[in-house]
Amino acid sequence: MNAIELADVTVVLGGQPVVDRVDLSVAGGEWMALIGPNGAGKTTLLRAIARLVPFAGSIALEGRATAAMHRSELSRLLAVVPQEPSTPPWMTVGEYVLLGRTPHLGPLAKEGRRDREAAARSLARLDLLDYRERRLGTLSGGEKQRVVVARALSQEARIVLLDEPTASLDIGHQQQALELLDALRGESELTLVAAMHDLTMAAQYADRMVLLDRGRVAADGPPRDVLTEEAIARHYGATIDVVPVDGRVAVIPRRTAARNT
Amino acid sequence: MNLAAEQVADVRARGLTPLWACSAVAFLLFSLAVGVLAGPVDLGVGAVLESAAARLHVPWASTPLSSTEEAILWEIRVPRVVLAALVGAMLALAGAAYQGVFRNPLADPYLLGVAAGAGLGATIAIAYLPDGLRGQRALPVAAFVGGAVAVLLTYAVGRSARRERDAATLVLAGVTVAAFFTAWQTFVQQQNAETLQQVYSWILGNIPSTGWSDVVLILPYVAVAVVVILALRRVVDVLSLGDDEAASLGVDVRRVRLALVIAATLGTAAAVAVSGLIGFVGIIVPHAIRLLSGVGYRALLPLSVLIGAGFLVLADVIARTALSPAEIPLGVVTAFFGAPFFALVLRTTRGGGA
Repeated sequence: MNAIELADVTVVLGGQPVVDRVDLSVAGGEWMALIGPNGAGKTTLLRAIARLVPFAGSIALEGRATAAMHRSELSRLLAVVPQEPSTPPWMTVGEYVLLGRTPHLGPLAKEGRRDREAAARSLARLDLLDYRERRLGTLSGGEKQRVVVARALSQEARIVLLDEPTASLDIGHQQQALELLDALRGESELTLVAAMHDLTMAAQYADRMVLLDRGRVAADGPPRDVLTEEAIARHYGATIDVVPVDGRVAVIPRRTAARNT
Repeated sequence: MNLAAEQVADVRARGLTPLWACSAVAFLLFSLAVGVLAGPVDLGVGAVLESAAARLHVPWASTPLSSTEEAILWEIRVPRVVLAALVGAMLALAGAAYQGVFRNPLADPYLLGVAAGAGLGATIAIAYLPDGLRGQRALPVAAFVGGAVAVLLTYAVGRSARRERDAATLVLAGVTVAAFFTAWQTFVQQQNAETLQQVYSWILGNIPSTGWSDVVLILPYVAVAVVVILALRRVVDVLSLGDDEAASLGVDVRRVRLALVIAATLGTAAAVAVSGLIGFVGIIVPHAIRLLSGVGYRALLPLSVLIGAGFLVLADVIARTALSPAEIPLGVVTAFFGAPFFALVLRTTRGGGA
């Protein structure tokens, strides 16, 4: 049984199909990178999977249609790390991570011991236990990113969708974040789907890449098959060299205008 | 992974801390005491306590007050203080809830057209109802109906907008409905110029000395609103992350928002119906608490009830005693004293707040 199964999924926004008849399945435990130029529909596809935008077609998680699920049931199965998460400055790290327990609580309930333990575990896993009383407003970008991942982890969902998880991070923090996600995937048997712009980073970590262009799947396979000079030129309009490095591939942009020095 | 018990215990959401809860309750009790004791007739603390004991059927207690004094205490002052407390609690709570639900620090309880609708209802009652009818009974009812109709209309307009029904659409619908109702109200006023004075003084707000009837009128609405909003206070924290994130955390955003908005709005309509438009309380009280304590909504909402109640009781004391026997409109008092206080809070706190 696949973790995620999309059949003929279309999302229309403002009269335009932003996601256009997509069929896609993601196996349990897989790390799939969703790549494609700006406006290709990556974020919208993730939002459709999380049922945050209306769609036609069917999306199933672990064999069950999301349309038939209760909102909290869906959230126990799937966590989302948005591109620009809102981090209210007055909230403490502990409070924020505890919000991840919401799908496990009724609307009127408050957190119990189990919830505090789950939050503490995910804080500990991300080396954030000492930060639990800190206000979000006092954290750096890299720390905030970890806190957001900790919240997603405390949700104890088996599928995690990430929208540009490294967009605001420097190269060191990018690597740390992706290493961490990779380790978490191994420990907790998570299925990860991440929209990513940095193709080289994506190729280092993902088992599989799906290239979206104008809402359609343009290529699907292991990074070395998807990342070709020709495909990147066609879909991104970019001139690049693809260089194999230790079985993975790196993407190097090439200057096209003649140097005038 | 094994965690020490105290590490787990420490991962918690700051609810109401005992210090803040006790301070807020103490402030409310102090305000209530001042409210009951202050007035043109000096009743004395001891006499008031004895009279209360007698009312509670404490054995051997008898009231030292004359029957006129008894009437002043129990038919005028106490109900007026209770009414001020209910209105203040409701406005502060509704303001805090709206700020969370709409993620807008400037949201106040009148955001969705309640004020304009209630204003129209009151104006129509003052202008068209025969004198005998409009007195104490009809005006609050008309204002309440006007406020409730305005909010229902806001919801209907918000829903009919085919865009995704988000919080901003609802706020825009509220602005639209408020503009329409205000224009209508102005028209009615222009046609009935002799009502201007009465309508104007209603708009500036005051707590009426009408005995227990107004308390009975608004108590059910305020009670339901307080229970519903406080029960959902944890969810308001989740909503403050925005619609999408709240939804991805399993919250049925539309339904919860509807419940919160209906509760806050009906309570506000009831408060407005008896007291007119008292500005500033719904914004100043939650923000002052937030700036001073830095807490999230789950503590802010109950604190707003307590502090809002105390604040309005004290404001009402000033309104009725400062220029006694004349009364200053309550909206004038809340802004006149509230604004400098809030400026002070802004100056002395940095960062911390939202």
